[in-house]
Amino acid sequence: MIQLSDISRVFQMGDQAVHALDHIDLEINSGEYVSIMGPSGSGKSTLLNVIGLLDRPNSGQYLLDGRNVTDLSETEQAQVRREKIGFIFQSFHLVPRLTAAENIELPLILTGMPPSERKLRVQETLDAFDLGNRAQHRPAELSGGQRQRVAIARATILRPTALLADEPTGNLDHRIGSEVMALLENLNQVGTTLIVVTHDRELGVRAHRRLGMRDGKIAADEK
Amino acid sequence: MKLNDTLRFSFKTLTSYRTRSFLIILAMALGVAAVIVLTALGDGARRYVVNQFASIGTNLIIVLPGRAETAGSFPGAVMGQTPRDLTLEDARWVGRLAEVRRYAPLNVGAAELSAAGRLREVTVMGTTAEIFPIRHMRLAQGDFLSAASAGSAQIVLGAAIAQEFFPDGHVLGQRVRLSDRRFTVTGVLAAQGQTMGFNSDEVVIIPVRQAQALFNTNSLFRLLIEARHRGEIEEAKQAIRETLIRRHDGEDDVTVITQDAVLATFDRILRALTLGVAGIAVISLAVAGILVMNVMLVAVSQRTAEIGLLKAIGTPATVIRRVFLAEAAWLSLTGALLGFVLGHIGSLMLRLAYPLLPAWPPYWANFAAIFVAVLTGVLAGLLPATRAARLDPVQALSKR
Repeated sequence: MIQLSDISRVFQMGDQAVHALDHIDLEINSGEYVSIMGPSGSGKSTLLNVIGLLDRPNSGQYLLDGRNVTDLSETEQAQVRREKIGFIFQSFHLVPRLTAAENIELPLILTGMPPSERKLRVQETLDAFDLGNRAQHRPAELSGGQRQRVAIARATILRPTALLADEPTGNLDHRIGSEVMALLENLNQVGTTLIVVTHDRELGVRAHRRLGMRDGKIAADEK
Repeated sequence: MKLNDTLRFSFKTLTSYRTRSFLIILAMALGVAAVIVLTALGDGARRYVVNQFASIGTNLIIVLPGRAETAGSFPGAVMGQTPRDLTLEDARWVGRLAEVRRYAPLNVGAAELSAAGRLREVTVMGTTAEIFPIRHMRLAQGDFLSAASAGSAQIVLGAAIAQEFFPDGHVLGQRVRLSDRRFTVTGVLAAQGQTMGFNSDEVVIIPVRQAQALFNTNSLFRLLIEARHRGEIEEAKQAIRETLIRRHDGEDDVTVITQDAVLATFDRILRALTLGVAGIAVISLAVAGILVMNVMLVAVSQRTAEIGLLKAIGTPATVIRRVFLAEAAWLSLTGALLGFVLGHIGSLMLRLAYPLLPAWPPYWANFAAIFVAVLTGVLAGLLPATRAARLDPVQALSKR
């Protein structure tokens, strides 16, 4: 469960302070499917980054599963990210020199899991995401849809409680984009909280809960 | 992240940027190789000199007529003008000292040698049979001044001279002329070549009395003395000096040199030289270290997005720093090992090209070169690694 209370994030642009997040109060229950929409610069990516502990708010309090994570040290925040949060990016962010299997393996290496067990988990995941025959390919040899599937596999291999997707279909054509969304929605069906930032209305309306952002504030919250 | 995973991850990075890694490793390797080859050269020169001294004899004390008034100049000795001669009688007195095992008086000059219709100028050494054990010289055939025939007109020819005058090998018993005096060849020196700039193959040896008569002098050129024990050299030196002062009416007019003193000076000079050369070579290691730093900084900015991703999937800053440090360590360690091999190949080629020069790098140079290389590499990696660890993940991820 994600609880934000009175969260503000201010960027300094020259001598002007920009309120990317302006006193946000938000509660997202476990297993929810939320879309965040709004024009560019409305603060939707910043909100996602704060929820994902990539960015620190200037003020306010953030409780994740009942634990105050606002003031954790950098190392503790990294651990929370590793265990509870999976990120999906518009540009996939795969490590170009590693194969699909090695990219998926990365989070497991971080936990210090022994190689034999890692191999097993990676193979399971590859099969689950229908990437079995692409395991030894590098990202450059994969199609866009396959790349995003690898990225999703990597984000979910440690079974995080929340998946945060920033424009996950932005670099994919319509048909592949729908497939990727369906994949994410399937993960949501089995209990993972799914938060998707998009400016694509058609995609946004698929979510059960739709947040609209404007000028760093939540302007709409429809269920 | 576990250590072996860190090492494997960073190693994989290096193998995927091959050209980059190769160039850095090469720079590091050349630095290390330079240290090893240059110290091998310096230490080889040092060992060459030390060996040369050792081949003269280790317990050697040399007495020169004349006194070195100030360090560095021996005017009397060079000019052959001394207040008092160093005579054969002096030598005999010195020879009676308990500390002296054996001694050989020495007169040196040039004279024309003629035999079998040939004529040439040779260096003549007038001495006694004791010269052989003292100078570690050996006879190839015949003998010289067996005790019964001391003072008779015998001559020993250097190997090259014997070959020149009597190519057919019938040397012993031949009669030769040295200036206007006749000698009988009783021996030939074994070929030894050059030692300390003196070629024993090109000399002839005659009894010291014959030489003094030939050169019309009563003074010895040198008196070579072998001390009984290496540890007693100082005492022997003292005893010799006292004997000669007594014989020279209380005047201290000889110079006594021990080879140890000369050797120690050469040793010191050449060791300093080696260190100096090594110091210069270490600069190339520092340059390699700066190269590693540059390349790692470029790597950090090239891989910004990747660092952002690593942070997003929950990599702590300490782990990111360690990954980049491991990369620098791999680069410098591989470079150092390659340089070690290159350096030893270089030293081997030096030894093959100049067989006289024992161009082995000293042990400390091997360790120091590798240690300094890895140290500079890792130090150079610190700044880039810290920069990578400090990157703001949001900005890092927004970079493609």
